[in-house]
Amino acid sequence: MSAIEEDRVRRAVERVARESYGRLVAYLSVHTHDLAAAEDALSDALVKALTAWPRDGLPQNPEAWLLTTARHSIIDAVRHQQVVAESEPTLQLMKDNYMETTLTTQFPDERLKLLFVCAHPAIDPNVHTPLMLQMVLGLDAARIAGAFLISPKTMGQRLVRAKTKIRDGGIRFEIPDKRDLPARLDAVLEAIYAAFGIGWDDMAGADQQGRDLAEEAIWLARVLLQLLPEEAEVRGVLALMLYCESRRAARRDSEGRYVPLSEQDPKLWSRPLMDEAEQHLADAAKHARPGRFQLEAAIQSVHAERGRTGRIEWGAIAQFYEQLNRISPSIGRHVAYAAAISEANGADKGLAILDTVDQEAVACYQPYWAVRAHLLQRLGQIPEAQHAYDRAIGLTEEPAVREFLLQKRRRSS
Amino acid sequence: MQFAMLIYEPPDAFKSRKSDGSDSYTGAWRAYYKAMVEAGVYAGGDPLEVPDTATTIRIREGRRAVQDGPFADTKEQLGGFTILELPSLDEALEWAARCPAAALGAVEVRPLAPEMKRRVVE
Repeated sequence: MSAIEEDRVRRAVERVARESYGRLVAYLSVHTHDLAAAEDALSDALVKALTAWPRDGLPQNPEAWLLTTARHSIIDAVRHQQVVAESEPTLQLMKDNYMETTLTTQFPDERLKLLFVCAHPAIDPNVHTPLMLQMVLGLDAARIAGAFLISPKTMGQRLVRAKTKIRDGGIRFEIPDKRDLPARLDAVLEAIYAAFGIGWDDMAGADQQGRDLAEEAIWLARVLLQLLPEEAEVRGVLALMLYCESRRAARRDSEGRYVPLSEQDPKLWSRPLMDEAEQHLADAAKHARPGRFQLEAAIQSVHAERGRTGRIEWGAIAQFYEQLNRISPSIGRHVAYAAAISEANGADKGLAILDTVDQEAVACYQPYWAVRAHLLQRLGQIPEAQHAYDRAIGLTEEPAVREFLLQKRRRSS
Repeated sequence: MQFAMLIYEPPDAFKSRKSDGSDSYTGAWRAYYKAMVEAGVYAGGDPLEVPDTATTIRIREGRRAVQDGPFADTKEQLGGFTILELPSLDEALEWAARCPAAALGAVEVRPLAPEMKRRVVE
């Protein structure tokens, strides 16, 4: 086979793996509850595809091919464990379930169940997002570890523990009933948005991996919306991410310097993404079930309005933050509320709100110090402003933001 | 729990040793130090002079070998260390990511070995 041909097959395998990974893992694990076995079987099948497809040509239905191959490898693995007697029912179940489906081109999409399993309340919330990234998107542990700033070994162990718990802990692969759905869905949305946030921070330095992670999160939200089209908050989270995504090109100037949102050039914002976000937000509003993500998207929609009107309605933003703080309070939202109030009603009002924050809680929270420095500077309290700038600069990870704050500090003296 | 951040810097970063302190890199370090102290995690540390000033000694089969320059000939060189007092590695990695050197060179995080120290110091 020629190098070009080889490359074509490799890319076909990658494409199927990327697009079908979650569907295949979900389907392979929905009855056995054994995510690790499903993953092993699938990666086994992908390796086989790399030799079989160039030799025999691309199968007509690559997904079904992978599924059949993975199924065989699961059955082999179970046999190999020589616990045939015990696992006979499992084997039979798998055979029954697979036989009828894999031969047709369609097999049920169980990804929604998988998403709910990954964000199950019995699983450590810190592992929800990593687990989702691994099981639904097929990202490897090392890459996930980098995004979460923990060692790859530790991340690997946490993922293994979570999978063991799912397998042995009786966690059911099911879509929660109406009563439990809102709370359970919240955890899924949080996990998706966390992936986006990490991708967003990472991509600061035009880091290719980070960029992908933000895109993967949007893709996950789209999948979720397909599966749950009636849930307003799913549209909310998608709208929120699309608004942020629309500003990607405006976040840095031509020399790579950081540009804060209120100073971005709206001409650089992506109109199609903003329109799509707007549409989702409007559709969500029809359900008359406001929630955290819709409110956050609404705030971004006010910022987007500047592209049309040339001004930011800070009063509206402050109100949205106030509502947000009522339904789901956090230090971040409190700080953002203070920033909005200072724009709407004056820096002294904003500072007064910041003063009510527990100092312990913000010792390592960069946005608090950045906003505080900015407000103190506007109020002419220069030494205090410089001290706050130092705290903010020292807590900054992104070089471009650090440079931006260093510049502001220099100009304040 | 105490962690050491071993700070590896490229040649460009070492140039700031000679500046008057108004450059961005030194400014970032000043702010970083302040943030560590005020967050109550700083437990010590020092910068080192540039790698050129290093002299490395080995004794092999009773013979002394003296080498000009640092132990390892790599592009990024040890430029200093900071000791942090923190509950766990997770927090230590967060502080390491904020270190101005992380964006230029590399920051290695390692737990101190108090057990080893006890055995040696008694």
